[in-house]
Amino acid sequence: MINLVANKDPANTRVVVAMSGGVDSSVTAALLAEQGYDVVGVTLQLYDHGAAVSRKGACCAGQDIADAGRVAEKVGIPHYVLNYESRFREDVIDVFADSYVRGETPIPCVLCNQTVKFRDLMQVARDLGADALATGHYIRRVEGELGAELHRAADETKDQSYFLFATTAEQLEFLRFPLGELTKDETRGLASRFDLPVAAKPDSQDICFVPQGRYADVVLKVRPDAADGGDIVDLEGNVLGKHDGIIHYTIGQRRGLHLDTAEDALYVIRIDPDAKHVVVGPRAALATKTITLSDVNWLGDDTLGCDPIECDIKVRSMRPPVAASVRKTDDGGVCVELAAAEHGVAPGQACVFYDGDRVLGGGWIQRENSATEAA
Amino acid sequence: MSPRSYLDFNATAPTRSEVIDAVTKAMQEGGNASSVHADGRAARARVERARQQVAALVGADPAGVIFTGSGTEANNQALRATKCERLIVSAIEHESVLQARDDAVICPVTPDGLVDLEALQALLAENSSSTVVSIMLANNETGIIQPVVEAVQIAHDAGAFFHCDAVQAAGKIPVDMMALGVDSLALSAHKIGGPQGIGVLICRDPSLMARFVHGGGQESGLRAGTENVPGIVGYGVAAECALVGLDNFGGLANLRDDLELRIQELEPNVQIIGKNLDRLPNTSKILTKGLTSEVQVMGLDLDGVSISAGSACSAGRVEMPYVLAAMGVPEELGLCAVRVSLGWTTTGEDVDRYIEAWQKLYDRKIAET
Repeated sequence: MINLVANKDPANTRVVVAMSGGVDSSVTAALLAEQGYDVVGVTLQLYDHGAAVSRKGACCAGQDIADAGRVAEKVGIPHYVLNYESRFREDVIDVFADSYVRGETPIPCVLCNQTVKFRDLMQVARDLGADALATGHYIRRVEGELGAELHRAADETKDQSYFLFATTAEQLEFLRFPLGELTKDETRGLASRFDLPVAAKPDSQDICFVPQGRYADVVLKVRPDAADGGDIVDLEGNVLGKHDGIIHYTIGQRRGLHLDTAEDALYVIRIDPDAKHVVVGPRAALATKTITLSDVNWLGDDTLGCDPIECDIKVRSMRPPVAASVRKTDDGGVCVELAAAEHGVAPGQACVFYDGDRVLGGGWIQRENSATEAA
Repeated sequence: MSPRSYLDFNATAPTRSEVIDAVTKAMQEGGNASSVHADGRAARARVERARQQVAALVGADPAGVIFTGSGTEANNQALRATKCERLIVSAIEHESVLQARDDAVICPVTPDGLVDLEALQALLAENSSSTVVSIMLANNETGIIQPVVEAVQIAHDAGAFFHCDAVQAAGKIPVDMMALGVDSLALSAHKIGGPQGIGVLICRDPSLMARFVHGGGQESGLRAGTENVPGIVGYGVAAECALVGLDNFGGLANLRDDLELRIQELEPNVQIIGKNLDRLPNTSKILTKGLTSEVQVMGLDLDGVSISAGSACSAGRVEMPYVLAAMGVPEELGLCAVRVSLGWTTTGEDVDRYIEAWQKLYDRKIAET
């Protein structure tokens, strides 16, 4: 039994479920409906699916929206589609493209959660008198002494906490993540038990609006001038070769440099958007011990101040957490000192803070510390 | 009190029980209206009777009535099969007119939502090629009745063919095709309690119309395909009911005005589009600043009241209604518009329920800000 809202019985608890048409959010809706909650399914139409996959005549809404509708019908809940195409383009796709143009490696899923989902959809849920907004994310919300806490998912392999670090305390009060305690296998088992039409649907790809992982195509469509090529240079500034646009490179990247040098172990150390330089060097030059962050969201119990707070951090979604300390700097920014150097810290990615399983927040990695003034 | 209040008649009307009976009977009787034998002749008789019933609703000659698969098809045929070189349509036409050809010249509307007759005159004067003008009788979203008689005069003076989409007007206000002077008229059955999937194109002179759906020689060679006899029969009955009920339908203006008054009493800043204009008696376009169309449509639905944001044809999608955009309504207001459309099943209780549900949404919004 999932108790979503204290002192309120399910029948009188309205929950808006963000339904993507995938297995996870479908099971979320089915679980809550089974327990008698007043469930309202909402699917966001975020981009023109036909245009995204460049297939003429493809349905504008895409299969996922139709799937969400079929699930809602099966589960017996009302279902609505909100067209957020223009705001998604503005708040997510354009920002994603601009970030690449600045030589960064963005995470659009965080922007999406921050804007269309936890700002706009949440507002709609409140307007509809909902008591909560539930999603199919693998993350746990734990009722703590000082309010709701964000904790990593029980299923480590599916944990999505890295992408949810920007969830504010106020948003967290309203959010529910019923799948946080489940494994993906258990979710699939539930999908079969509920006989959902999406039970056998494969997991979605990383970035929903980027077909076949060809993110550069999306960037160039939005920012056609980002196609300018430039030089690949070493740490001393010697030109080693040419590249066809900085947007094709990511910090730490080793493959695809096509350099005609004897030295084979060269990595992208830094990207300089103004000079259009891709700077390469040995792996050692990727090491970073200090990271500055912007737009930090702090979820810890103690106030984040100038005294360092010890915690674990993640600088990429797939890396294990490492020891570090976080503190505010004199100029109001936030600085992370790593206990041991991390390799390939890329601006545009998130640095997320943990205390064991608990998420203490995080921020966006800034350029100046991505490697190598040190090197 | 019924479990839900259906206030979306402009999207589709509930099928009248007389229609259901007639359609059921026609399906039991069967027969292909083009067959030579007795069964075929009986089906033919039913089709011809319906043709007269539909013609009578709009004061037309039954000989000019072509049954089509929808109002959309009728509009498409009128604008494409007349083979005119040029097409002028008003900016607030239904999508089946706006999208009928990709070379349509758009005639603007005034901020009041009325087709701009001076602009029409100028558009006609600037080019002497054969032209078809298409202007609707009543707008589906605002209910505002267009100056069709005047527009026909202007079009005819310029030698143009005039088509009128009267899908929303027929059965809601008296329509007299002869008095309007239009060359062709499109209607649809399901807006007046008939079956979905049946419409008519009525031509003053069928010899000016060409076929659109090709195949057999049905409908005087102007619309191929076996006649949808049950649909046609149902349409005929619906047209007869609508004609009989025209006065009562006009009386819906009282309920509608009461609804508008009560909303504006609750929130004086609520805007009613076209309130002082000649409108369909059942239609209300309501703008509540700060309360988006999507939230209103969802919130009311969850409380058992069916309304729509605008035209139902862009299913599930919520965007700035082009009709309001054409009238110069700013986007932040246009995104807060809903359409409420009443019909013969509507009672004071339905209006009460609407007001109650609307107030719940509105109070929540007020409490938050």
